[in-house]
Amino acid sequence: MTVTPGTGREQLFSRRRRPAGERMLDIVFRQLTLALAAVVAIVLLAIFLTLIQGSHEAIASFGLRFLTTSAWDPVNESYGAFVAIYGTLVSSLLALLIAVPLGVGTALFITEDLIPMQLRELIGLMVELLAAIPSVVLGLWAIFVMEPAIRPVLQLLHAVLGWLPLFSTTPMGPGMAPAILILVVMILPIITAISRDALRQVPVELRQGAYGVGTTRWGAIFAVILPAAISSIIGGVMLALGRAMGETMAVTMIIGNSLNFSFSLLAPGNTIASMLANQFGEADGIQVSALMYAALILMVLTFSVNVLAQWVVRRLSLKY
Amino acid sequence: MDPTNLASASASSGLFERRPLQFDPALRRNRVNKLLTSVSALFAAIAVLPLVLVLLYVLLQGGRLLSLRLFLELPPAPGLSGGGIGNAVLGTILVTLLATLITVPVGIGGGVYLSEYAGKGWFGQFVGFANDVLAGVPSIISGVFIYGMIVATRLFFGQSYSALAGGVALSVLMLPTVIKTTYEGLKLVPNDLRLGAYGVGASRFVTITRVVIPAALTPISTGVVLAIARAAGETAPLIFTALFSPFWPDGVFNPIATLSVLIFNFAIMPYEAQNELAWAASFVLVVMILIANLLSRWISHVSRS
Repeated sequence: MTVTPGTGREQLFSRRRRPAGERMLDIVFRQLTLALAAVVAIVLLAIFLTLIQGSHEAIASFGLRFLTTSAWDPVNESYGAFVAIYGTLVSSLLALLIAVPLGVGTALFITEDLIPMQLRELIGLMVELLAAIPSVVLGLWAIFVMEPAIRPVLQLLHAVLGWLPLFSTTPMGPGMAPAILILVVMILPIITAISRDALRQVPVELRQGAYGVGTTRWGAIFAVILPAAISSIIGGVMLALGRAMGETMAVTMIIGNSLNFSFSLLAPGNTIASMLANQFGEADGIQVSALMYAALILMVLTFSVNVLAQWVVRRLSLKY
Repeated sequence: MDPTNLASASASSGLFERRPLQFDPALRRNRVNKLLTSVSALFAAIAVLPLVLVLLYVLLQGGRLLSLRLFLELPPAPGLSGGGIGNAVLGTILVTLLATLITVPVGIGGGVYLSEYAGKGWFGQFVGFANDVLAGVPSIISGVFIYGMIVATRLFFGQSYSALAGGVALSVLMLPTVIKTTYEGLKLVPNDLRLGAYGVGASRFVTITRVVIPAALTPISTGVVLAIARAAGETAPLIFTALFSPFWPDGVFNPIATLSVLIFNFAIMPYEAQNELAWAASFVLVVMILIANLLSRWISHVSRS
């Protein structure tokens, strides 16, 4: 709501003579809401300041070496977060690779008039409810149900493609691959919901035009509807990437939390978030500082992805 | 299919050739169309499958352990069986309540400022931006933040880990949702209502608190309920703020048990009894959260009709 002094509403409001108490109350209320709004910005700044303040000791002693070395040795007080950073990037990017076609496909299926209205609403509701299931419950399910169920598949993968570095270890239970699958489950609802909203906002005239020149339904989807919605979908995908990088509990419970580097997706791995969840409680001294440093890296990663996502949406969404 | 292809295909088949206008399922374009429809149906089925499987397992595994004792007793020591999750149920309610008490005034106040006062100025833009960024901050970071701010500095009466610290950490996660839904809800209130209130002589404060906010109560309460549901299931911000406690809640300045942390702790223990309690706790938590979600849908549905 724009309120510029001197125009309509403001004038109507300020012309009236008011008792001092009433005017005072108005001013106090305005200042109060201003202060409450500022809390958000202060919290965001305080997060950065706390992480920087907590990690300056580790930054001073490890510097940028922290990003590229993988020693995690509390005895010799030598720390490097390469394994966790690598795990964060690989797990979230691979999860995205699987979740994007699934999510966008599902969104198309429930917006493009292929099935009756009630069924579409039901599928939409179920995907939304999937987003409400707590991460820790998905982790529990992953440990006891999903991982034993997919282990034979992973073993087959290792038997057939074991010569590739990606599948070079025998799957023993927790590992990168099950963690990626549970991440897919967790980001699928975000991608589906945002794609669905984007597809719904495509003007109906565009569809009618496409059908009018004689295209098939999927011809219209690929040539007209998806291009019209693509900016919001890309924005949603990037938000999902941010979510995947910071996802903690389910991943911590199923990834195996290994501090050793391995190319293999079947071996146990680690992410920054799972490392924090696992070690923060028991850490002290410079280890806390090193963990804060890792948290700062995670914060910067997700912050950049989120800002980029907002920029993409704003930059590209003016096309139609 | 790309439209230029279509055009060239019809041109090469002769401009004056008559083609039947019936739908021919054998045409390549129609077969591709059908194939893609089936693929998207398959994707939708895959997307729904995890929810069905997770709910099925949680309801079956957790549901069969459901009894009154579950809510009245403390969890057993590692290795022993029996016991319940009473302290964790209470703890989840208490921590979520603390977070809600912090978040609701701040969130609604902030939303009111953004919608009613901020206009298009830089401050409003900046707060809106910060809110969107805060919504994307990983939940574990909010735990680390509150650890650094409150736990490590022993801010509350010399205690390090406390229920209050857990509540503050959760409120960091709830705040963006509440601000956003309040802002969106207030923007939907017709301007005529505000003008009408000014017209009969109401002050700004009275207009906002007696006219504008009540008119937007539905979207605001929907947002608050959803934020509560999300916070109740969060674990990462609690594992090193509220920590865990095997005992009954002992005030807000001491560590406290919560359902989500109990699930995390007991899931990775090598004891059958603890694993079973993790399933039972999942059942209680999932039912609480699903009810809250359906409640928020019901609120917006009822007020719309």
